[in-house]
Amino acid sequence: MTEKTLRLDPGIADPDGFYNALVDCYRDLDERQVGLLNARLILLLANQIGDQALLGEALQRAREGI
Amino acid sequence: MGSYINPVYPYRRPPELDRASTMRHPVVIVGAGPVGLTAALDLALRGQQVIVLDEDNTVSVGSRAICWAQRTLEIWDRLGVAQRMLDKGVLWDTGKLYVGERLIYQFQMQSQAHQRFPAFINLQQYYVEQYLVERCADFPAIDLRWKNKLVGIEQDGDEVRLKIETPDGVYGLAAQYVIAADGVRSPVRSMMGLSFDGQVFNDRFLIADVRMTAEFPSERWFWFDPPFHRGQSVLLHRQADEVFRIDFQLGPNADPDVEKQLDRVTPRLKAMLGERQFDYEWVSVYSFSCRCMESFNHGRVFFAGDAAHVVSPFGARGGNSGVQDADNLVWKLDLVLRNQAPSALLETYSQERVPAAREHIHHSTRSTDFITPRNDASRVLRDAVLSLAADYPFARALINSGRLSQASRYEATPLATADERAWSGGAAPGAPAPDGPLGNRWLFDGAGERFRLLAFEAKVAGEPGLETIAIGKDDDHTGVLWQRYDAQPGTVYLLRPDRHVAARWRRYDAQAVRTALRRAMAA
Ligand SMILES: Cc1cc2nc3c(=O)[nH]c(=O)nc-3n(C[C@H](O)[C@H](O)[C@H](O)COP(=O)(O)OP(=O)(O)OC[C@H]3O[C@@H](n4cnc5c(N)ncnc54)[C@H](O)[C@@H]3O)c2cc1C
Repeated sequence: MTEKTLRLDPGIADPDGFYNALVDCYRDLDERQVGLLNARLILLLANQIGDQALLGEALQRAREGI
Repeated sequence: MGSYINPVYPYRRPPELDRASTMRHPVVIVGAGPVGLTAALDLALRGQQVIVLDEDNTVSVGSRAICWAQRTLEIWDRLGVAQRMLDKGVLWDTGKLYVGERLIYQFQMQSQAHQRFPAFINLQQYYVEQYLVERCADFPAIDLRWKNKLVGIEQDGDEVRLKIETPDGVYGLAAQYVIAADGVRSPVRSMMGLSFDGQVFNDRFLIADVRMTAEFPSERWFWFDPPFHRGQSVLLHRQADEVFRIDFQLGPNADPDVEKQLDRVTPRLKAMLGERQFDYEWVSVYSFSCRCMESFNHGRVFFAGDAAHVVSPFGARGGNSGVQDADNLVWKLDLVLRNQAPSALLETYSQERVPAAREHIHHSTRSTDFITPRNDASRVLRDAVLSLAADYPFARALINSGRLSQASRYEATPLATADERAWSGGAAPGAPAPDGPLGNRWLFDGAGERFRLLAFEAKVAGEPGLETIAIGKDDDHTGVLWQRYDAQPGTVYLLRPDRHVAARWRRYDAQAVRTALRRAMAA
């Protein structure tokens, strides 16, 4: 068994569609609301992933890029 | 203000003021709080003479600690005072969590089934101390000295010399060992020039303990952002005598002197309680820090309780972990004083209790970060958790309003003997040994203060200094005890005097038991 690592190849079936949906999601929200939405989204997706190692890797990669 | 009248304990002129003593006392305890008193009782029960010094002449002023954990009750039961606490205290095991006006979820601390003691009782700290003081009176070996303030301390390889101030003047005492249970400001710690590092939190909290007849059940209620105290958290908890603890988060900018004025507190309470009548029991504004000494052992001086470590109140960890410090230290001191174990055993006090304290700090810091987010980013994240928790179960697990304390496991302790093979549960070496029903009583009923062997349908030979408790399948009609110990016929556990597991085996082997017993005494 190989250890699970974060998927970095294209994994979203309809990239343009998803991106568009995300942008749409922010419509008419002020800055505070956008922050809250982002946080809710992170938590929902994180729960879906569940795996602590994968989540840790995602946190690290997200932070490295800044 | 309160309904509780603090007892005033008599000061007695110490004999050393009239006749300088050349005696070296085995143990002197500084501080008659819950921790010092627990240590004194445990020492006396083991047949040791002990002097306890306290600068004051009464118990805790104000309720202070209210939640006492199962492990603490087990320890006090061994000392013969748990029943009084149980009779007076409020039993609870349900917590409810509200966000805004909405009940988000409720949790059960543990199933009550087959538990001798509840997960928690709530009892004001003054009652706890009063019962401990009254229990001390049963032991002539305890010399409890009120209005005796420690003002000087020095030590060499042989003894500790103490300077004590009384209303009649100053005297000296020499001791083989000193337990510093002198609280968070520990004069012993400062006189010895030892550091106490950690993190200070800025948020202020208002405690209003009020007496009222209310229909609230005996549960822990916690609100984030309630309509009666927007943007902050509130805790409600019942204590004995119809007293309720209400704890309002005030934020970092609150002025403690202003906030504790009753004309300021009353409107906050009215907003929450409506037209209910209430009387004040105790009002206090506090902030807190999390700190821990690097080592609890300094030569012949042992630090315990708040003197050694402090945490935020979220999780009821302060007093409970201090009582476990005493429980950990005293049997070791006793064996060393009797020359039955080498003084190396005392080193394991710090080795075991420093990690336990750090774990408490770790948990309480996480709770604190959730309840009082340190920056905008963590506040947004926290609020996102709260907003999701109303609708989705997964987010409820992320809410941290204080994870309540449990008995520590001494995972890396040198006193434990590692398992030889895989177990599928039970109590691993270093873990607290669980109680459970045995026949029509409990495993730890009337059990002694020594090392013990639990023999699950196992034939074992007697060892000096070791008491055997035979546990047949028929003794355990519930099967609970067998299950808690992952026992099979032949299983044997070696327990330390503080009821932590030293070693366990699937088959009895006298030689292995002897080796593990020596190891558990650092011999
Ligand atoms: C608001 C609040 C809520 C809390 N809630 C809980 C809870 O629910 N559960 C829990 O477990 N813990 C709780 N705690 C923590 C708990 O109160 C403490 O951890 C506990 O009191 C520590 O006991 P101690 O014996 O170490 O020290 P203390 O109780 O502080 O006793 C120290 C003693 O030393 C004496 N002393 C000091 N200096 C000298 C001197 N120079 N000479 C002689 N004597 C001296 C003092 O008079 C005092 O009696 C709470 C604390 C607060 C403030």
